[in-house]
Amino acid sequence: MLAILDYGAGNVASVANVLHSLNTEFVVSSDITILQQADKILFPGVGHASFAMNRLHELNLIPFIQNFEKPFLGICLGMQVMCTHTEEGNTECLNIIPVKVKKFPPEDIIPHTGWNETLHNENMLFKDIPQGTDFYFVHSYYAEKNPYCRATCTYILEFCCAVQKENFWGVQFHPEKSAEYGKKIIQNFLSL
Amino acid sequence: MLKKRIIPCLDIKAGRVVKGVQFENLKDSGDPVELAYQYMQEGADELVFLDITATQDNRKTLLEWVKKVAQVIQIPFTVGGGIRTVQDVEAIIDCGADKISINSSAVQNPYLITEIAKQFGSQCVVVAIDTKYIHEKNKVFIAGGRIETNLITEEWCKTAQELGAGEILLTSIDHDGAKKGFALDLLKTITQTVSIPVIASGGAGTKEHFAEVFIHTKASAALAASVFHNKIIPIPELKAFLSQYSIPVRYAKN
Repeated sequence: MLAILDYGAGNVASVANVLHSLNTEFVVSSDITILQQADKILFPGVGHASFAMNRLHELNLIPFIQNFEKPFLGICLGMQVMCTHTEEGNTECLNIIPVKVKKFPPEDIIPHTGWNETLHNENMLFKDIPQGTDFYFVHSYYAEKNPYCRATCTYILEFCCAVQKENFWGVQFHPEKSAEYGKKIIQNFLSL
Repeated sequence: MLKKRIIPCLDIKAGRVVKGVQFENLKDSGDPVELAYQYMQEGADELVFLDITATQDNRKTLLEWVKKVAQVIQIPFTVGGGIRTVQDVEAIIDCGADKISINSSAVQNPYLITEIAKQFGSQCVVVAIDTKYIHEKNKVFIAGGRIETNLITEEWCKTAQELGAGEILLTSIDHDGAKKGFALDLLKTITQTVSIPVIASGGAGTKEHFAEVFIHTKASAALAASVFHNKIIPIPELKAFLSQYSIPVRYAKN
């Protein structure tokens, strides 16, 4: 069973719509007893990191996520929350991927909004995705480049826009809003 | 490199697209859902829907088509028109829209910008500003351009950003519909005044006009209606044209 983890501020409707278009069945839940039965979890997020962490804490989901052993994909804020720490509200995060999330230096328009190209190394999530494919981004904070990085993007500086550590995957862009190739990313995740 | 966005704008009245939209192979050219899909296929980077009726009885119709649009397109879209409360926003976002735009209601109640940004994030709040050059000043107009306010456009843009706007959709009333190009001077000033993305609107008539706005101003996106709807400028052709000037654009997968 595929589950969308809905902590109350994610862009659940968009992710659900893509799954519908792929004829995939799923549940939307924040209930640990339901999520425990999932064999894959999608974790979309928008909004503020500290709000997301507080909600995960209230829902008693932090140790559950950290110990999840099946494929898990964090999207946008979902990916940032999987890191160690973010400068957004100076928030301690899930520490699944040992990476720091920083605020973009104010050298250009912030947030980084729109379609930007990505470069990836060979990995299952980007299977059949051409190098340089544009994805849709909206964010003011970024993950630094790191050994778990699976794809990078450049805006103001080069940053990590996809990570993987074991079963945990994260993407900074919005695959659910990135047309055909975004849909392909979701499909690739479903095939893991 | 971050791409410059090309955004078709659709005016909706009682759930139907108004102003002639001329797409081939369309069963129903007034159906926002079919049009949205067609534009996505053509390579539009984003879509804006403005509900121009926006009466209370119409809200239900609005939510119905927003839901349907969200089901068929996988690019970001904004919904505007008649949004006055955080509850209005919540209903639209729950139907799958990515952003909302507010215009008159933001002028009448600027803290609405902050309230929406707090609950849904700044990325969700597009403040639409209609501006007109009058008495040697750029002034903000509301109510579909009918009512002049006391606000100076440059200042209102700055205020909107400070209050939590994620983007500014700037429409020049002087240029709108004239098809003689965007308001380059004003857009140049505004894009230097604020540090959030600015969407240029009003005046697009030719491909050159789009090139001009990206060459001479820091606009992040350009919005137009009739040139796209009437097939005067097909989006793939526009993007190929902009590429010739080294303006970064995104190509849709064929």
